[in-house]
Amino acid sequence: MATTTTEIQVTLTNDEILRYSRHLIMPEVGMEGQQKLKAARVLCIGTGGLGSPLALYLAAAGVGTLGLVDFDVVDYTNLQRQIIHSTADVGRKKLDSAADKLKAMNPFLNLRTFDTRLSSENALELFRDFDIIADGTDNFPTRYLVNDACVLTGKPNVYGSIFRFEGQASVFATEEGPCYRCLYPEPPPPGLVPSCAEGGVLGILPGLVGVMQATEVIKLILGVGEPLIGRLLLVDALGMKFRELKLRKNPDCPACGTHPTVTKLIDYNEFCGIRGEESPVESANSDMQVEELKRRLDAGEDLFILDVREPHEYQICNLGGYLIPLNDIPKRVHELDSSREIVAHCKMGGRSAKAVAFLRQAGFTKVHNLAGGITAWADRVDPKLPKY
Amino acid sequence: MSKVHIPTPLRQYVGKQASVDVQGKTVAEAMTALVARHPDLRRHLYTEEGKLRSFVNLYVNDEDIRYLQKEATALNDSDNISIVPSIAGGTI
Repeated sequence: MATTTTEIQVTLTNDEILRYSRHLIMPEVGMEGQQKLKAARVLCIGTGGLGSPLALYLAAAGVGTLGLVDFDVVDYTNLQRQIIHSTADVGRKKLDSAADKLKAMNPFLNLRTFDTRLSSENALELFRDFDIIADGTDNFPTRYLVNDACVLTGKPNVYGSIFRFEGQASVFATEEGPCYRCLYPEPPPPGLVPSCAEGGVLGILPGLVGVMQATEVIKLILGVGEPLIGRLLLVDALGMKFRELKLRKNPDCPACGTHPTVTKLIDYNEFCGIRGEESPVESANSDMQVEELKRRLDAGEDLFILDVREPHEYQICNLGGYLIPLNDIPKRVHELDSSREIVAHCKMGGRSAKAVAFLRQAGFTKVHNLAGGITAWADRVDPKLPKY
Repeated sequence: MSKVHIPTPLRQYVGKQASVDVQGKTVAEAMTALVARHPDLRRHLYTEEGKLRSFVNLYVNDEDIRYLQKEATALNDSDNISIVPSIAGGTI
């Protein structure tokens, strides 16, 4: 275990002994275990849904040094699940908000904050001063970056991931165990797998998965129990079913196999097929701004508003548009009149861009994508409209 | 009859079911039956060349088919097939 290399003799003060007494009287932790926790240095990537419970529990448990990497600001829609942040923190840096809570929770904690986006340029340097990395990120490029940097630096990667009401957890990149690339050698192409912002997530789920990650971190530090090495735990919160799948170290793995081809960090956005935002050339000539839509509707022009969101989103707010969810458009395209001018919209403009591209391929010439979606409409035209 | 477990992101293509029962003596046969019944699922699991996508793993019970006989892996009655795609969510 990496922590044993940190043979710094740590001792607990009387205050700490009292604070951790419920650990100290357990044979699986005891004084020696609590000293290991205090000597341990854990780096949490992200202080969001997974990072919130993870950091809170690690701080409470007495992990001595906790690093946090985040560049984001607390948003009102984060509060449904990112429990380290509170309503008063909206607009603050997540790092500042998290630091306040963690220091209040445990003043013995040595907290190190890194106000940056984890990148190929800084990952190895950042990981160097820590024993265990806990991955609470939300996108594929950073997942692969964290994995590769863990393999290259020999640090275990305590992994958790969530979607809607389903989660995955495992421990990757230990010496004997598989890494994330053994499980998934390549990422999905962009757009094929929806993000949480698009697909939603049950608020308690990151709590469940983040606490499992915290549990694995603690077990790795203590060297007790059976860590999730070589096992992928699947959580279905709706059925409240836990399933476990076997993971094997792939000898041909490009990162941790016998002949690795990943010998340094690469451009992970490129690896994941992300070339910036959508091609501006294509979107420019079909985009309509919300102000233009408002003006033309007010002038009584004949515009057909096509809402490509899901019915449950339509219930939250709508522009009175005709609802055909993006996935249903191919089989319901006959319901649309190609002689009319169509303005497609979704929540933010991503799904409706796909709808516009599809309709153009299907021969529709007068279709526009409402730039920024109904969110931009709420921001700039009708502030009374709820945002979600 | 084998049960195929459908992960959350793909349930919208199988009528919102959590699992689908299919016939098949091998994983390939079972998966062919699955996508024949739910054609919208195909492009999410297979490339245009008909190859299983690299971010989708198939398990028979708790074993990754890559370490069994891949898609030729034989199925017994009451075997469970799991489709396990990569998911990235966490912070946002």
